[in-house]
Amino acid sequence: MNNKQYDYLDDLESEAIYILREVAGQFERPALLFSGGKDSICLVHLALKAFKPGKFPFPLVHIDTGHNFEETISYRDNLSKNINEELIVRKVEDTIIKKKLQDGTGKFPSRNNLQTYTLLDTIEEFEFDACIGGARRDEEKARAKERIFSVRDEFGQWDPKMQRPELWNIFNGKIHKGENVRVFPISNWTELDVWNYIKRENIELPSIYFAHDRECILTEQGQLMNTNKFVKIDPSDKMVIKKVRYRTVGDMTCTAAIESKASNVDEIIDELIKTTISERGATRMDDRMSEAAMEDRKKNGYF
Amino acid sequence: MELLRFFTAGNVDDGKSTLIGRLLFESDSISTDIIETLTRQSKLKNANQSLDLALLTDGLRAEREQGITIDVAYKYFSTKSRKFIIADTPGHIQYTRNMFTGASNTSLAIILIDARYGITEQTKRHSIIASILNIPNILVCVNKMDLVEFSETIFNTIKSDYQSFSKILELDNVSFIPTSALLGDNITKLSTNMTWYKDKPLLNFLETVNIHPQNKNENPRFQVQYIIRPQTKELPDYRGFAGKVLSGNFHCGQEVEILPSNQKTTIDKIEFNQQEIPNASSGSSVIFHLKDDIDITRGSTIVPIDQLPKTSKEFSAIICWMDSSEFITGQKIIVQHNCNRVLGIIKEIQYKIDIHTYDKIPSNGKIKLNDICKVIIKTAQPISYDSYAENKNTGAFILINENTNLTIAAGTLD
Repeated sequence: MNNKQYDYLDDLESEAIYILREVAGQFERPALLFSGGKDSICLVHLALKAFKPGKFPFPLVHIDTGHNFEETISYRDNLSKNINEELIVRKVEDTIIKKKLQDGTGKFPSRNNLQTYTLLDTIEEFEFDACIGGARRDEEKARAKERIFSVRDEFGQWDPKMQRPELWNIFNGKIHKGENVRVFPISNWTELDVWNYIKRENIELPSIYFAHDRECILTEQGQLMNTNKFVKIDPSDKMVIKKVRYRTVGDMTCTAAIESKASNVDEIIDELIKTTISERGATRMDDRMSEAAMEDRKKNGYF
Repeated sequence: MELLRFFTAGNVDDGKSTLIGRLLFESDSISTDIIETLTRQSKLKNANQSLDLALLTDGLRAEREQGITIDVAYKYFSTKSRKFIIADTPGHIQYTRNMFTGASNTSLAIILIDARYGITEQTKRHSIIASILNIPNILVCVNKMDLVEFSETIFNTIKSDYQSFSKILELDNVSFIPTSALLGDNITKLSTNMTWYKDKPLLNFLETVNIHPQNKNENPRFQVQYIIRPQTKELPDYRGFAGKVLSGNFHCGQEVEILPSNQKTTIDKIEFNQQEIPNASSGSSVIFHLKDDIDITRGSTIVPIDQLPKTSKEFSAIICWMDSSEFITGQKIIVQHNCNRVLGIIKEIQYKIDIHTYDKIPSNGKIKLNDICKVIIKTAQPISYDSYAENKNTGAFILINENTNLTIAAGTLD
C-alpha cells in the first residue's frame, strides 16, 4: 500500500513521465525543445525521472533567438553539462542570414515569428519526428484545445479542426515521413502547479525568476520592459528602476517584468495565489496582437 | 489535495459554456486581464451584453465566429480542497467523437438539461455515452431555472423523467441540481430564488463528491513502455522495464507472469527516481527489475501469477467510430491497447446501438462516423486485458488506420 499522503502532483508527474516514455517508445528521432524557461526546466527534471540511469532518448534542442537573457543561456549550458546530455543550439540569426529574412523591427524588435523558421529548419536538418515542448493548456485559449500528441504536417502546421481524438491515456503518434508530432507532457499543469512542483522537487531556476533591481522602460500600456542593446530607447521614454522579477522567460524584447518582492519559491507561490493577472497577460507583448494571435502562430508551425 | 477530472455535456443552447465560465468566474479563477478582454469581445458581439462567460471556453476562431463549441477545451481551477480539470465537450451529434475524447479520462459527468425543454434526444445520447464509458458519477444540472420561474415542480418532473429513462443505463450515482448559470444560482452558493433546494450548490458538490475507485477489479497490472539499458562501464548489465502500474499494487519479491509470452519470474527490484522502493501502486510510473533474463518487449504485460487477465486473439468490444471515412469490410486495422500495438481486423459487426434509445439495431454491415457498435475483433497476436466494466485502465483501446495513421475508433472490451 502507498503510505505516502496522496498528492495531486504525483498524478501530474506520473502522467508526464508516462508521456515522455511514450515518446521514447513510439518515435525514432525525438527531441526536447528547451527554452531555459521554468516549464522546459521541469520537463528536463521529469525526463531525468523517466529515463535515469539511462541516457535521454533525445537531445535537448534550443532555438536561440539571440534575444535571450544571459542568465538563461548560462543556465542552459550549465544544465546540459551537469546532466551530461546532448544540447543542440540553432540560431535564428543564422536563419535570417541564410534565408534573407526581414529581422524584427520597431521599438521592441521581436523574433518570435522568426523562430518558427529556425525550428522547422532544425526539425528538417535532424529529421526529428517528435518535439517535446513545455506548453500548458492553461496558458492560452488556443492551447486549451490542443492535444497532448499534436500532429503537424510537413509544413509544421497545426489544423485545429482535424485533430486526432485522444482517448484515455492511449497516444497515437503514428505519422507519415515528413510529418512530426509536438508532444506536451505538462499540458494539464497550471502555472501554480509548476511552482508547487519546483518547490517540492527543489528545482533550481535562472535568477531572473526572482526579485531583483532592474532598470526598465515603463511603456504606455504600463508594462516594464527591460533595456538592452536590441531595444531603441527614445528620449521620451520613461525610465524607472524597480524591484522586479520575470514570470515567464521569453525574449528580452517581448517579455515584460513584473514588480515583485518575491525572492524565493515560497514567496512566488504566495504572490501567484494572490495575483489577479494571467501569466501571459502580465508579461507577453506577442499575444496582444490579436484575439487569435496564438492560434495563428500555431497554425504556421510555432510550437 | 485531490484531483477531480470531469466533463460537461450539453448542446449549443443549454448554457454549458456559460456554466463553466460561471464556475471559473465565481471561484475567482479568471484573471482580470482575461475579464477585460472578454468584456471587450462580449460588447463586439452584442452591444447590450456586459460579459459573455461562454467566450471563455470557445478558444478557436471558428468557435467564436459560429458561437459553438467544436472541440474539447480543457480548463483548470482549484479550490482549497481539490484541483479540477474540466473537459468541456461539444454536445452536437456530429461531435460525438469529441465528446468521447473529452469524457474518456474523467470520473464525473455534468449533463445539462434546459429546464424549459426537459429531457431531449441529446440528453439521452450524452447519458448513453457516459454509461458506455462507465463514468462513476453523473450530475444532472437542470439549467436556465430563471426561465421557468425557478419552479420546483418543473425540476422534480425533469428529475423523475431522467430517473425513469436512465434505469436501463445502469448509471451508478446520479445527482440533480437546479441552476441558473447565467445568474449564478446554485453555482457557488445556494440560490435565494430556489429556497426549496436545500442540498449542495454545484461547486460544493464538486469539492465533496466521493471520487469512487475507478475500477471494480484492482488486480495488479503493469505494461512495459520502454526498456532502459544504459550499457555503460558502471552499469553494463542494467536492464530496467519502465512503465506505469495500470491498477493494483506490486511489491518486491512478487511472483509474476509476463504476457502474452507466459513466462514466469519474480520482481527483483522496483525503482523510482533512481531509488529502490518496496512497492508501487496504481498510477505510478516506475521501473521494474526482474530476477530472470527473459524476453520482454514494449507492450508486454506483467501480472501476478494468481490474478491473470484474459489473453486472447479474438474479443468482443463496443466501439465508437471516429473517422469520417466509413469502415470497409476486411480492412486491416491497428489495435492499440495502452502502448501495445497489434494488427487486426473487425471480423463481425454484431449490432449497432441506437444512441437515443439504447436499443440494439441489426447491423447493415456499415460503420459510419459517430456510430456505436458491438463488434468482434481478431488480432494477429494475443492481447492481455480485463473487461472495461471491471477495469478501465486495461479494458480500453483505440483503432488506428494503418494507411492514414488516423485514430478511427475508440473501444471498450467485454
